[in-house]
Amino acid sequence: MKKTILSFAAAAAVMSFGTMAAQAATKACFIYVGPIGDFGWSYQHHQGLEEMKKALGDQVETAYLESVPEGADAERAIERFARSGCNIVFTTSFGYMDPTNKVAGKFPDVKFEHATGYKREHPNVATYNSRFYEGRYVQGVIAAKLSKAGVAGYIASFPIPEVVMGINAFVLGAQSVNPDFKVKVVWANTWFDPGKEADAAKALIDQGVDIITQHTDSTAPMQVATERGIKAFGQASDMIKFGEKTQLTSIVDDWGPYYIERVKAVIDGSWKQQDVWGGMKEGHVVMAPFTNMPDDVKALAEETTAKIKSGSFNPFTGPIAKQDGSEWLKAGEVAEDGVLLGMNFYVKGVDDKLPQ
Amino acid sequence: MRIELVKRPERSKLFAALSPFIALGLTLIAGAIMFSLLGKSPVEALYYYFIDPLREVWSLHELAVKAAPLILIAVGLSICYLSNNWNIGAEGQFIIGAITGSILPVMFPDFQSWIVLPLMLLMGVAGGAAYGAIPAYLKVRFNTNEILTSLMLVYVAQLFLDWMVRGPWRNPAGMNFPETRTFSPSAVLPEIWSASGRANWGFVFAIVAAVALWFMLSRTLRGFEVQVLGQSPRAGKFAGFSQSRMVFFAFLVSGGLAGLAGISEVSGAIGQLRPTISPGYGFAAIIVAFLGRLNPLGIIAAGLVLALSYLGGEAAQISIGVSDKVVRAFQGMLLFFVLACDTLILYRIRFVGASAAKTVEARQNV
Repeated sequence: MKKTILSFAAAAAVMSFGTMAAQAATKACFIYVGPIGDFGWSYQHHQGLEEMKKALGDQVETAYLESVPEGADAERAIERFARSGCNIVFTTSFGYMDPTNKVAGKFPDVKFEHATGYKREHPNVATYNSRFYEGRYVQGVIAAKLSKAGVAGYIASFPIPEVVMGINAFVLGAQSVNPDFKVKVVWANTWFDPGKEADAAKALIDQGVDIITQHTDSTAPMQVATERGIKAFGQASDMIKFGEKTQLTSIVDDWGPYYIERVKAVIDGSWKQQDVWGGMKEGHVVMAPFTNMPDDVKALAEETTAKIKSGSFNPFTGPIAKQDGSEWLKAGEVAEDGVLLGMNFYVKGVDDKLPQ
Repeated sequence: MRIELVKRPERSKLFAALSPFIALGLTLIAGAIMFSLLGKSPVEALYYYFIDPLREVWSLHELAVKAAPLILIAVGLSICYLSNNWNIGAEGQFIIGAITGSILPVMFPDFQSWIVLPLMLLMGVAGGAAYGAIPAYLKVRFNTNEILTSLMLVYVAQLFLDWMVRGPWRNPAGMNFPETRTFSPSAVLPEIWSASGRANWGFVFAIVAAVALWFMLSRTLRGFEVQVLGQSPRAGKFAGFSQSRMVFFAFLVSGGLAGLAGISEVSGAIGQLRPTISPGYGFAAIIVAFLGRLNPLGIIAAGLVLALSYLGGEAAQISIGVSDKVVRAFQGMLLFFVLACDTLILYRIRFVGASAAKTVEARQNV
């Protein structure tokens, strides 16, 4: 009984001091679309949170919500954060775009950072994203070097510009090595569903691809590739422990530096609205170690990475033809960001019809 | 030894009334044990779960937002289940209602008038009801199993919505992202009391629907017909009730209400169509219907309790840092205890010893 009373008292104390503590430290809050254990997208954002926590120590207090569905629930979750004393809220999925802006209008003193979106309707909303396509180009180069079949399989989530851009970059990278290289695409219509992703991987392998890459977040395709003895690329995080003999490399989303920078800006009062699209150069996109490949392929992959990182090469540099053979970019012409962000067409060499 | 469930000759009125509270008590105890094992203070956890969401007005609004579709769908389902029609496809009827209800704001965004909203709601009801009529027709005409057909139509509806927002209905100014244009103000379901939170008229619809169906079930001939045909189709036939008309009636009512829930959710809470508009309301409503014992008034309470468990789960995640999985396990416990308690009102457990079991078998063999 005594213990119960004590814990009652403790609970009451926690509740009343909760608000005071929030004033001392800056509170940074995160909303994830998947579970933090997905070892992909949400996991990487959570790693970023941990990195930020480590770097800023006592100055910052954090909270997060995982598996928040996009839709009416997102608005409630965001508003709950805004009301619970968060100074900055990171909403880390595209579907949170409108709810983020709606809540931001109601809480002008709270800063909001929305990942992968384009709407900044209030001065307290910033957006951020990474140029993952840079990494996909490098993957394409590796795939074309290693594939004997000349066909790679691509497990895609949803036909949004972000994903289409990745498929195109992969194909362009592959064609820089082998102009006849083909890519087969399966739309899983999910960001995270290990069962569906595994089925997609099996279907692709049965169709004769000998390398698979994915734009979904679970490690299931990597595990299927391992069972079937082919090579694969990881997604969002370094998935090497799920395919020691399988993973060639992985595009690692490193959100840590960005989160540190932005939370710091809130602490010292210099936070401003912005739209950041960082890539390899800014350290937002990092390639996991190149493994399970001969030295010459590794050297070429490293060279390509270095070129992109230094800014001397852009994967979307002409001449590039669209899937139907019509010209998209003239020789030497570089795609504008605006076109990439609204991309809804394939380049030549994709063996799929883009769902429209 | 074997365990058997034996039907009780009569159910205790006292325990029927007490059972939800016993279930809640058992959930609290089991939850407290789980939270202690995780090293969290159980008192604090339960506080955030059940009390914290009720402390603030905005949170009560959110409770109404979350409960409205659950109640609206579940009261419709109660008619189905009472009349022995197993509509598992409310999720699909919800989605189709949302789509048909969105025709005006998406295709004719310049048509702005006070009439838009009532038309949208009517079209939503019509769409949901029409979609519900498909399994009803198949059942009456071809004697198909409505559990399967209604469930499979859910996937059809989900994929149809997905295709619509990526293709024909994609927002022309939306950078190719899969969503429709946002609804104009005249197409948005107003908030009940917007100064304090965002609960919209969907909650009012839910309460009105529940009271109306309660009245119908308990006070009208049609309600009697539902119950008779559900419990004994043969008796219903003798009374001159038509089984096939009841199938259509049940599916049209539940489909229409699910459709109304769909368009209310899209118009009131989301403001546009997106690839996913429901975190499984159509399925969660099945639980709500049974938690509320298929009584429309009980369903109001059940919908609010389930909604509270979602909100409380969020509060607990943020405040004491338990994972989303713990939250769901706790929700599962609540449902388990409620259904288990209800089962024990209707049945008792009998332990059958090995020798007794043999005699039973021997008897069966004879």
